[in-house]
Amino acid sequence: MDNILRFRDDGASEEPAVTLDSFFDQSNATAVRLEDGEDARQLIPYLDRLAMIEIGFSAFGDGRGYSAARILREHGYTGELRAQGDVLVDQLAFMRRCGFDSFAPEKPINAADAKKALARWEEVYQNAADGRKPIWSKRHE
Amino acid sequence: MYKYDSYDQQMVDTRVEEFRDQVERRIAGKLTEDQFKPLRLMNGLYLQLHAYMLRVAIPYGTLNGKQMRMLAHIARKYDRDYAHFTTRQNIQYNWIKLAETPDLLADLASVEMHAIQTSGNCIRNISSDQYAGAAADEVTDPRPYAELLRQWSSFHPEFSFLPRKFKFAVIASDEDRAAMRLHDIGIQIVRNGDGEIGARFYAGGGMGRTPMIAPLIRDFVPIGELVSYAEAILRVYNRYGRRDNKYKARIKILVHEMGAEEFIKEVEAEFTHLQGQNIDAPAAELERIIAHFEDPAFETGLSDEIDRSDPDFAIWLDQNVHAHKRPGYAIATISLKPVGGIPGDASSAQMDLMADLTEQYSFDECRVTHSQNIVLPHVRKADLYSLWQKLDEAGLASPNLDLISDIIACPGLDYCSLANARSIPVAQKIAKRFADIDRQKELGELKLKISGCINACGHHHAGHIGILGVDRKGTENYQLLLGGSGAEDVSLAKITGPGFTEDGIVDAIETVTDVYVAAREDGERFVDTYRRLGMDPFKEALYG
Repeated sequence: MDNILRFRDDGASEEPAVTLDSFFDQSNATAVRLEDGEDARQLIPYLDRLAMIEIGFSAFGDGRGYSAARILREHGYTGELRAQGDVLVDQLAFMRRCGFDSFAPEKPINAADAKKALARWEEVYQNAADGRKPIWSKRHE
Repeated sequence: MYKYDSYDQQMVDTRVEEFRDQVERRIAGKLTEDQFKPLRLMNGLYLQLHAYMLRVAIPYGTLNGKQMRMLAHIARKYDRDYAHFTTRQNIQYNWIKLAETPDLLADLASVEMHAIQTSGNCIRNISSDQYAGAAADEVTDPRPYAELLRQWSSFHPEFSFLPRKFKFAVIASDEDRAAMRLHDIGIQIVRNGDGEIGARFYAGGGMGRTPMIAPLIRDFVPIGELVSYAEAILRVYNRYGRRDNKYKARIKILVHEMGAEEFIKEVEAEFTHLQGQNIDAPAAELERIIAHFEDPAFETGLSDEIDRSDPDFAIWLDQNVHAHKRPGYAIATISLKPVGGIPGDASSAQMDLMADLTEQYSFDECRVTHSQNIVLPHVRKADLYSLWQKLDEAGLASPNLDLISDIIACPGLDYCSLANARSIPVAQKIAKRFADIDRQKELGELKLKISGCINACGHHHAGHIGILGVDRKGTENYQLLLGGSGAEDVSLAKITGPGFTEDGIVDAIETVTDVYVAAREDGERFVDTYRRLGMDPFKEALYG
């Protein structure tokens, strides 16, 4: 677990994430893993009981997980949302904006590099899942 | 035109610093080429046959004089004293050194320009009507809406790793000068029965190896929801677009395979959901942007008289000057298609001159067109003759707008690593064969478009006459297509039959134009005659 970058104050979920199929068979699971192409909307009825959702990135260029993350946050999910797999430092800022708050990259990301990457963009043009105020809103305050 | 505020400037400056950091890490070996590739691509930097190519964004094709002068400076300082205007209203530099790109981007940022998202699988530079704000037929200036979308799409966190690249075009008139329905999303700004402004959305158009005309997705989206509707389409595409095969990954394939009806259902469901997510900027933001595009201080009481006594000027006037919405003004097109030249190329000196003319004659505004020419949108009719004289001295007064030598051509095998055949020499040979301007005018409007491979960057599917270069057992071979159009009469060109050699294709063009001249009825353009007669007489003449 050394590779995990976590941006939450609560304790990490101890429970291993199960596949979507097993999740539907196990009524008490609180951690689930979505693969790139799996439909995040299937989890909407269960968001209250979930403590951790892990979204797999098989290749950094496959961006489906960004939509999955935003959909989960837009439907009120507040638990841990983890990006796992081919997660690179240059994608962290986008992932944070889509609602990910923990990262389990296959190849470790240097903590200082991550900090720098996440601090770089002071302003954003869009409303997304991170609660940051977009430029268009600041312009008309 | 739009002027950055401190936020816009900060975004562009931050990008320069981020890219500087990425280039340093690449040069230091901390990033592999595989990891660096998507990062540089999102910043318009391609590795081509001979060197890095950098594509600079020209949002909706609009530039001021200072910006045009900077493009000349960059050609001089970082490249070989010339650059290439593209079919996406952008500009490309072909001989760029990686280590110098951060400084180049900093130079661009100093004049409110950038290379953000000019390549990569993300939302690309948004194109528009080159006559925006000047044409008499528009409902409103489409560019404020393109600017709103530019800001929304810049560094979009959800849509930076799409299945494939994604192109928008925004127009606001029934006449389509931007090939709107051949884009991933085409938007026509319209007014409804109640006089309200809104957006008509088309989605799933494109050229490439599987050309498609975008179907209508929604007739009217209230303008205040323009962005959330676009976001809904992008989300459906990001989730369901194919990722197993790069050639089937564009949204046109999704719309086609899903069927427009099912696609619309998905988009509408997503749109309904996103309406509650505070995606759209308030009306005040759109008003702020619109204020940047207000008319310049046009003079009133100007004469519409033009002295046509110089016959060479009169030819240019008839061909390259278009009606303006205001009395006493005209829209002038500077052709970057001299006979024997490279379509869309301009030297640093020519760009400097165009910058001067932009400031002197056109309220400090010019436009790049998707057919790779430059437009001065607001020229006083009384100034046209002196403008023409200056253009003529610089080799920029070819009177061939929309004629057979106004050829769109991709860079082809001379530059591009994807190409199968050269495009530029074919364009040059055709232009030479039809060099006589009287003959060109006799042939009338004839849009000829050449691509050096099936990716169709030269828009051959949308040519009245299209040429596609292919590799046939190691030799370049050119297929001929007829009957396409990227305008409001949008259609896809059809292939005539077996291909031709480089010289053979020039003869073949002459053969089909001869068929047209012999068969045309009054007022018919080449494409009209083709549509009336069909392929047979052309085929018969070509293959006997």
